[in-house]
Amino acid sequence: MKTLAKKLENRYHYSWVVLKELVKTDFKLRYQGSFLGIAWSVIKPLMLFGIMYMVFVRFLHFTDGTPQYPVVLLMGNCLWQFFSEATSTGLRSIVDRGDILRKIHFPNYIIVVSATCGALISLGINLVVILIFAVVNGAHFTWRVVLLPLNLIELYIFALGCALLLATMYVHFRDIQHIWEVVSQVVFYATPIIYPLSMVEHNYPIIAKLMLMSPIAQTFQDARHNLIDPQNVQIIWSEIHNPLVCLIPYILSFAFLVLGVYVFRKYSRKFAEIM
Amino acid sequence: MMTSSKSMVSKTDSSNSVKDSSLIDSLGKPKENSEVVLSVDHVGKYFKLPTEQATGLKQAFINWTKGIKGYKKQQVLNDITFDVHKGDFFGIVGRNGSGKSTLLKIISGIYVPDGGTVKVKGKLVPFIELGVGFNPELTGRENVFLNGALLGFTREEIEGMYDDIVDFAELGDFMDQKLKNYSSGMQVRLAFSVAIKAQGDILVLDEVLAVGDEAFQQKCDDYFTEVKKDPNKTVILVTHSMDSVKKYCNKAILIKDGDIIVNGNKEEAANQYTLENLQAEKKEIEQKNGQYADGLNSRCPVLKVKPLSHQICKSSDTFRFEVEYDFNEPEDFYLAIALHDLRRGGVAFDTGSETLKYTEHGHRTVEFKMPLNLFNNGDFRLVASLRTLSKKNPDTTDMVAFTNDANSCAFAIRDSENRDYALINDRVMQITQVGSPR
Repeated sequence: MKTLAKKLENRYHYSWVVLKELVKTDFKLRYQGSFLGIAWSVIKPLMLFGIMYMVFVRFLHFTDGTPQYPVVLLMGNCLWQFFSEATSTGLRSIVDRGDILRKIHFPNYIIVVSATCGALISLGINLVVILIFAVVNGAHFTWRVVLLPLNLIELYIFALGCALLLATMYVHFRDIQHIWEVVSQVVFYATPIIYPLSMVEHNYPIIAKLMLMSPIAQTFQDARHNLIDPQNVQIIWSEIHNPLVCLIPYILSFAFLVLGVYVFRKYSRKFAEIM
Repeated sequence: MMTSSKSMVSKTDSSNSVKDSSLIDSLGKPKENSEVVLSVDHVGKYFKLPTEQATGLKQAFINWTKGIKGYKKQQVLNDITFDVHKGDFFGIVGRNGSGKSTLLKIISGIYVPDGGTVKVKGKLVPFIELGVGFNPELTGRENVFLNGALLGFTREEIEGMYDDIVDFAELGDFMDQKLKNYSSGMQVRLAFSVAIKAQGDILVLDEVLAVGDEAFQQKCDDYFTEVKKDPNKTVILVTHSMDSVKKYCNKAILIKDGDIIVNGNKEEAANQYTLENLQAEKKEIEQKNGQYADGLNSRCPVLKVKPLSHQICKSSDTFRFEVEYDFNEPEDFYLAIALHDLRRGGVAFDTGSETLKYTEHGHRTVEFKMPLNLFNNGDFRLVASLRTLSKKNPDTTDMVAFTNDANSCAFAIRDSENRDYALINDRVMQITQVGSPR
């Protein structure tokens, strides 16, 4: 029993060391050769936010009229950026590191994890920016802020599950990259990111409820509800009153991770041969 | 397939064990008694070679609906079984495509065997396909640390061996440069240094002996000689250089078409490998269908030199061979036979064009013999030509046909009493000093 525990520790120690190095490397390489370097991870979402704010809030009036909406919009944007980055870099990660996989044997799921961790780091930086904005905008923080990490963990779990699935598929079928680009556009517009959920609810209450079944919409709403505006951001618990139905998106997140891990484990043994 | 290779393995195994132990005793390193650090047990491997482009969803779907598998099986390794003991310097030799590299990748855990098991005890450090997966955008230093981590070393452990690695690679001034600014030789040197200076227990090396310039190779040579004596370090070496097998290894296996042909004895593996190569040359230049091979024509459709003796000889042997010809013109003709030295180049011996005169027409064979005691070790080829007297100038002959590489006969001399460098043996010829220095 003791040897087993030690063996487990050894095994994950190795994975941990590899993960640290890979994340460090990816982060170092991300903005390599650019003058502003790491500052880009803050500047880029800010600029995108500026565009979005101008287009959707100023010109198209996609707003629910609450004073916190610009920050809610910014946060939705950042969360989406995390999900999109985690899945798209996760998708390519195994193939991109093919040269290493063909030369050294190491736990290759670490590659996908490190790709998603890179996205997580960006999200962390962005959240700091959002916090500043929220404070400047006069947001009232409640005790619910402590729930935010749970929402982020759930989102990460879902993103990792998707990334593992996509990475496995991408090794076999290169079409997946293009398919995923399209699918993620659909998901983007099917999630209340650039428009408030209340806008959908007003016209199509059923669709708003269906939207919240997706772990993405559910976590995005939860996170924004908990951090910024508990009064005006609807979450699944306020929209649907059957608690069993409310659990669906949470269960889906974990189901995706389990499925992703299962599929990845099953096919990852042959990655080095196929690529 | 499985059973035949198994019996062959066990046969060679038992016959070698006696020679092996004497060999190892002379090195003062009783390796048979040390523990097994790598055990390869009935390992088999096949690859699925796509017959159609199958990396797209569309094609996969079409194949699926048509019930096409979309690939064919290629058996690469059949039934490989061997053990490597602690402290061994273990050679794996075989021709291109024989399955060596696949075996090495299975040992390193990169590929998964389809049958059988591989057990590794200790930390295994692979050096495969001339590199360990460096990133061109990182500095040399960062690459060393990243690679060390991938190999399973902690940062502290790598810091401990970092100076050693840089020293060995002789790249002290370049470690803070990005790898893309390195020359290719420098990159390989660094990768190789990481592999051999990492404190692994088993080092797996694929075709590495041509790394770096001469000075670096000398350094590697010293290192290998050192490692050979170290009872704790185990090295598995894939190579095409039989000289290095003989120099460094204490054991070797020869793989052919996914089977172990020779298991254990390095001399036998090296010699058999040379033989395999000699025979292979012939197969590669097969006669094109319906046409005469190079050197042959309608006047003389057959001319061939064939070995009668074993093709790996000792200096004391007499090499016997026969020349097969088919010549139907009424006049007399001549056979000329020359001995080419493949290793050093040049023609070592020639019968002359008018020495062997024949009047027997038709499809016949003539047997010859030749002493080998004059020569040192080397690879040789016997070529023949069929000639007739020249119409214009009866003092000379015209060539009617000659043997191309496929029709000539190659053999090798391998004798432990011989030297390798010069063609002529120092037992049959010496240079003697005349008088004392003036």
